[in-house]
Amino acid sequence: MQTPAPTDYVRATSVSHAISLLEEHGEESRILAGGHSLLPMMKLRIARPEMLIDINELDELRGIRVDGDELVLGAMVTHREVLESPVLFEHYAIFRECEKVIADPLVRNRGTVGGSMCQADPSEDLSAVGSALRGSVVIQGASGTRTVPLREFHEGPYETQVEPAEIMTEVRFPIRPGAGSAYEKVERRVGDWPVCSAGVYVVVSDGLVTDCGIGLTAVSAEHFCAPAAEAFLIGKAPTEDNLRSAAQLAADAADPSSDQRGPADYKKHLANELTYRALVRAAAASQGA
Amino acid sequence: MQVSMNINGEPVTADIEARKLLVHFIREDAGLRGTHWGCDTSNCGTCTVWVDGEAVKSCTVLAAQADGHEVRTVEGLEGADGLDPVQQGFIECHGLQCGFCTPGMLMTARWFLDRNPSPTKDEIREAISGQICRCTGYKNIVDAIHWAAEHPRTNEVTA
Ligand SMILES: Cc1cc2nc3c(=O)[nH]c(=O)nc-3n(C[C@H](O)[C@H](O)[C@H](O)COP(=O)(O)OP(=O)(O)OC[C@H]3O[C@@H](n4cnc5c(N)ncnc54)[C@H](O)[C@@H]3O)c2cc1C
Ligand code: FES
Ligand code: FES
Repeated sequence: MQTPAPTDYVRATSVSHAISLLEEHGEESRILAGGHSLLPMMKLRIARPEMLIDINELDELRGIRVDGDELVLGAMVTHREVLESPVLFEHYAIFRECEKVIADPLVRNRGTVGGSMCQADPSEDLSAVGSALRGSVVIQGASGTRTVPLREFHEGPYETQVEPAEIMTEVRFPIRPGAGSAYEKVERRVGDWPVCSAGVYVVVSDGLVTDCGIGLTAVSAEHFCAPAAEAFLIGKAPTEDNLRSAAQLAADAADPSSDQRGPADYKKHLANELTYRALVRAAAASQGA
Repeated sequence: MQVSMNINGEPVTADIEARKLLVHFIREDAGLRGTHWGCDTSNCGTCTVWVDGEAVKSCTVLAAQADGHEVRTVEGLEGADGLDPVQQGFIECHGLQCGFCTPGMLMTARWFLDRNPSPTKDEIREAISGQICRCTGYKNIVDAIHWAAEHPRTNEVTA
């Protein structure tokens, strides 16, 4: 039987209350969001926080909305809410395509966007989406809020720019009229973490790519993205040859290691092929196909 | 710490350690053994219950998190009119063998059918993709849930 080590538990009543609790209890306290990464780690005793600060009752961290030219997701928005959101789907099919293959419906009922971003597992699916779309996160501490681009957010596996006495309040994504987007994932079995995933958006205008973003997860691409592949595509026609070349450049950004999910060369092959497939579909969607 | 929750409409209060998982609260403190506890790793889904009408894996929720909330377990599935159609469906279609996975399957199935009353078999498979059954090969479980979809419930719904 797996049981977490002894811990204390308190419910935050507001974001500022959560922050003052984090300050009061110091480094041994942790935010508890969906708990679907933290509780499994506590059961394995990989994490042993002495105080859990539950933010599930904070309605101010819920909801999906459009704010000017940005999509805003509260930190406590669940995977299921992302999956089922008409407004997210209207702008980016990638959200629905990605969420459909994250874990299973029960995990998706509980796991959150903020938890996924802050967990920063090197195989986190939403990290690839966040980097592809060049999203940003809003982080709040006692001294105020700051906004950090997702392409600067990760400091390493399981490490982010969120300081011990800070909390992530929302994730923001720029709206790009005319963008097509897609997500491709290979997992060992339904509901599993990815062997490799690729997520992209492409804007095609007058037959040329004017804007694009390419995200990769589980293959140790720096900041979950492939900037050289993106730069290559800008100003080019989305032909098979060009998309193949971009996919190869994306695979070059991957630096996977061999593990129980597969050998490194297979993962590199996936980074290439999945990026290609996602680019083909996203370019077609942008051109209204 | 003291926690109180409604389980199947009945108030349950107990003094527990904050680290206690909801599945163990349900089995030990509320004495409801219908909810099973299997993999311990959030994978098998036999521990599935509803919290505020939402199907969740109760081995991955703290009992403290359910304090003040509504929990429903497999014991609460049967209504005044008798068995829920998903329960009847498992009987009609031989949807279980050893029965270990069954409580989770039933709770997920009812939650799912309340949102998608006329699903395809593929949608049913997707809905139970967070559950593991080592006996049936899933076919009869899918048939059982499909049977239940064709026999709408008359009892109260999850949400
Ligand atoms: C069986 C299973 C399969 C899974 N499969 C996948 C998969 O295929 N792909 C995938 O991407 N993920 C997968 N996951 C992970 C899932 O997406 C989790 O929901 C997610 O990683 C964490 O979200 P959470 O809300 O549960 O976070 P929690 O577990 O509550 O928190 C995770 C970490 O983030 C911190 N944190 C949470 N919210 C905040 C905040 N607002 N501010 C600051 N810090 C915060 C916590 O302190 C903790 O350290 C799986 C999980 C399980 C159990
Ligand atoms: S015991 Fe909860 S998912 Fe297996
Ligand atoms: S009937 Fe035995 S595990 Fe499903």
